Amino acid sequence: MTAVEGDALLDVRGLTKTFPAPQGLVDRWRGKPRKVVRALTDVDLTVRRGETLGIVGESGCGKSTLARCLVRLYPADRGSVRYAGEDVLSLGGDELRRYHRRVQMIFQDPFSSLNPRMTVGQVLREVLTVHRLRPREGMDARVTELLSLVGLPAEAAGRLPHEFSGGQRQRIGIARALALEPECIVADELVSALDVSVQAQVVNLLLELQEKLGLTVLFVAHDLRLVRHLSHRVAVMYLGRVVEVAPTNVLFERPAHPYTRALLAAAPHLDPAHRVDAPALSGELPSPLDVPSGCPFRTRCPHAFDRCVTERPELLDVGAGQQVACHLFDPAASAGGR
Amino acid sequence: MSAAESVLRVRDLDVRIPTPRGELHAVRGVNFDLRPGEVLGLVGESGSGKSVTLRALLGLHRKPVRVTGEVTYGGHNLVGMPERKLRDVRGAQISMIFQEPMTALNPVLTIGEQIRENLREHRGVTGRAALARATELLDLVGIPSAATRLADYPHQFSGGMRQRAMIAIALASEPRVLLADEPTTALDVTIQDQILRLLLRLREQLGMSVVLVTHDLGVVAQTCDRVAVMYAGRLVETAGVTDLFRQPRHAYTLGLLRSLPDAGAHRRPLRPITGSPPDLRDAPRGCAFFPRCAFGTDACLGAEPPLVPLSGERATACVHHAQLPAVGEVLV
Amino acid sequence: MTTTAPTTTGVPRARSRRRVKPTLALGLVLLVPFVLAALAPRLLAPYSPTDFDYSAILQAPSAKHPFGTDNFGRDVLSRVIHGTRVDMQIAVFTTLFPFVFGSLLGALTGFVGRWADAVVGRVADLVVVFPFLVLVIAIVAVLGPGLTNMYIAVSAVGWVAYWRLVRGEVVAHKQTEYAQAARVLGFSPTRVLLRHILPNAITPAIVYLMTDMSLGILLGASLGYLGLGAQPPTPEWGVMVADGKNFMVTAWWISGFPGLALTLAGVTFSLIGDGLADALRPRS
Repeated sequence: MTAVEGDALLDVRGLTKTFPAPQGLVDRWRGKPRKVVRALTDVDLTVRRGETLGIVGESGCGKSTLARCLVRLYPADRGSVRYAGEDVLSLGGDELRRYHRRVQMIFQDPFSSLNPRMTVGQVLREVLTVHRLRPREGMDARVTELLSLVGLPAEAAGRLPHEFSGGQRQRIGIARALALEPECIVADELVSALDVSVQAQVVNLLLELQEKLGLTVLFVAHDLRLVRHLSHRVAVMYLGRVVEVAPTNVLFERPAHPYTRALLAAAPHLDPAHRVDAPALSGELPSPLDVPSGCPFRTRCPHAFDRCVTERPELLDVGAGQQVACHLFDPAASAGGR
Repeated sequence: MSAAESVLRVRDLDVRIPTPRGELHAVRGVNFDLRPGEVLGLVGESGSGKSVTLRALLGLHRKPVRVTGEVTYGGHNLVGMPERKLRDVRGAQISMIFQEPMTALNPVLTIGEQIRENLREHRGVTGRAALARATELLDLVGIPSAATRLADYPHQFSGGMRQRAMIAIALASEPRVLLADEPTTALDVTIQDQILRLLLRLREQLGMSVVLVTHDLGVVAQTCDRVAVMYAGRLVETAGVTDLFRQPRHAYTLGLLRSLPDAGAHRRPLRPITGSPPDLRDAPRGCAFFPRCAFGTDACLGAEPPLVPLSGERATACVHHAQLPAVGEVLV
Repeated sequence: MTTTAPTTTGVPRARSRRRVKPTLALGLVLLVPFVLAALAPRLLAPYSPTDFDYSAILQAPSAKHPFGTDNFGRDVLSRVIHGTRVDMQIAVFTTLFPFVFGSLLGALTGFVGRWADAVVGRVADLVVVFPFLVLVIAIVAVLGPGLTNMYIAVSAVGWVAYWRLVRGEVVAHKQTEYAQAARVLGFSPTRVLLRHILPNAITPAIVYLMTDMSLGILLGASLGYLGLGAQPPTPEWGVMVADGKNFMVTAWWISGFPGLALTLAGVTFSLIGDGLADALRPRS
């Protein structure tokens, strides 16, 4: 595999996804227009081969929906996703199965992401059988190999999920995804349900496997410290939009978007000497049922001006690989309130 | 620390929870003092006993859970106090807020009714005065247009607003102590930031003491004055917050801090604590952290090391506290 | 690189064997005589269930006739034993068809959703608008009395309960991460439904099936009592209770013992259902 930096593996353009909000019968008969949750709006994003792209944001920002659209768990409303040039959203049947061999997902909840009735061995063997990856004779050896890859003993194959701790279950989830020998892994809050000391174990495993297998990783998480540690680049999302993308060091040292700056400031710093009295950001997150016009962040933004209400800022290059969707950084117009 | 000046004095607190597979000794001989106006962090991972301890302080455990020891408040031991007498303290002088405001708030009563209920029960304030006070309280916790929002039900509030409302209800009785059980764990980081600042401001304004249970070391660093670290049902280290983060004096605390990603070491392997916590149905011999400890020796086995005072206001239960390296130093 | 500490991942505790719940054990023990009686009534029954004996009419329970005799001199014990087969058959047939049909339909509509779900949902609404028993009686009345028609009637009405149960569970399990994982792993929809979702979603329906069996016996008895189910002289507990109603004061045993058998069978199935609920729940 030629892992060239900058070579786009996944290319997302204008991806939009809405969910219909639940509506009562009476409102439906009255012909009230059905409200929609705007989970993703015109998301543009590129994942490069071999990199770890972190995706951060608060609840309702759409990061999990994005992950699920990329692995085709949710159908997208609009937009395109290209994987190595191939149109992902139109794949069906065998083509979709081949896509899933290349792009796998690891889930958040160590307690519900494994079928409680299947032993670990059955889980792994099923994947190998369905995809005809190993003849019957080679199956057991491969199961053992996969288990040892994620640091579990061969005996684990005979056990049911409830016999494992949270961290061990996440390892099983990783082994299940790796059974398909994918090129790309979408990890949705991989370690957020685990204790700090166990988180570190699983993070190390991910780093090690990425090195060994040359994986491309989409690391969706809300823990900024972990995202900073693992990612080559980071995308920040807010209410269904990508508001900033940048190489990790640039994003954390020179955050551009006012939301990114607030998000970084709000994350509790580990140094007690580094305390601030005022909260980084006032106001509540707007509901994704009712996304503000123009810039979604304008209702909480300290720098908002007229243009932010009327016009949606596009994601623009500001140099050093950094892209920002904010009118303050639009060179075409002289910004008002910088 | 002299016991005379403490608001809450906890001695030899033990909590035993019967389970189908044997008795779980969830809290084992916990001692601490809560001083006036301080924020004391009770930190630990899941199963460390931090929440169980917090609940025991207010007598919230029911049979068949067994609680023994002393929790002294205002000269009385709250452990084993009859429910009727306990109610004069619980919710009145010691209030509690929880992780999930949606389940801790009554869904069929308005926020206003829930605040006024507390005012009537514990302060004897009713009618107009209660309404005025309720508005004042909502305003105090930073809910905009407080007067109109009193009529709202919990489901009409967002997550952060609910947590604010729960704090307002807890404050209605003007408590001297606020017990907070992971109050920001369910919240987004920008909202967590707001709630933590709010707690600190209220502590300042009202002169309350706060016990904050959390698993998040960042939250500890940002809000606590003193920290008590729990492991396997015991306090293993207590220290002022600055000291704790600068130089932990227990191998477990050190391990926790070290397992966090370090800004300088991009994509380098982290340093996890190996293994997992012991099963408290089977009381461990010697130091409970020994099987996972990088510094353990035979000296750690024998009797379980007690929490011994060090210089200043620190105490540790680590036999090798003097040999521990600083957080940043690399283990060979 | 060997940063991943293998100690964490040490061998988990040995698998602890699940103990059989006392309720399930008791239920299964109680089931044994019913099964034996249903399989080999001739070996167990001291007399013929249908032969009249005018020399021994309305005899109270005695050593010769432990359950007494009825107004035709038939041995009540023998009739209860022979009735077991009919009533067990009723228990199974009034529930098995609704269970299979309702569960499959529930699994399908819950999984597919959309219009199929909506259509079946409206049909189900239509069925539950009528009281259960009234609808069954109406259908039997149209088709004519007898066991086969009773089974048809009960199946036409009874599937709704199973459809609801299974559909709800399937909808819930479809959202779980393991079901999503199965889809991302490239498994076919059929496999995701049959291998992953259904085994987890069917449990409540199986438990309900056991309770339903005791209700099925009572239903069969009620219809027998009304003359719409098993036809005389077939020994069936419900019909026997009905036959004895005129002698309730003078010869209580004619209705009393079949009634007792009914109750006991109901309790047995309930116990098994209760125990199964525990046994089938996966541990977490």
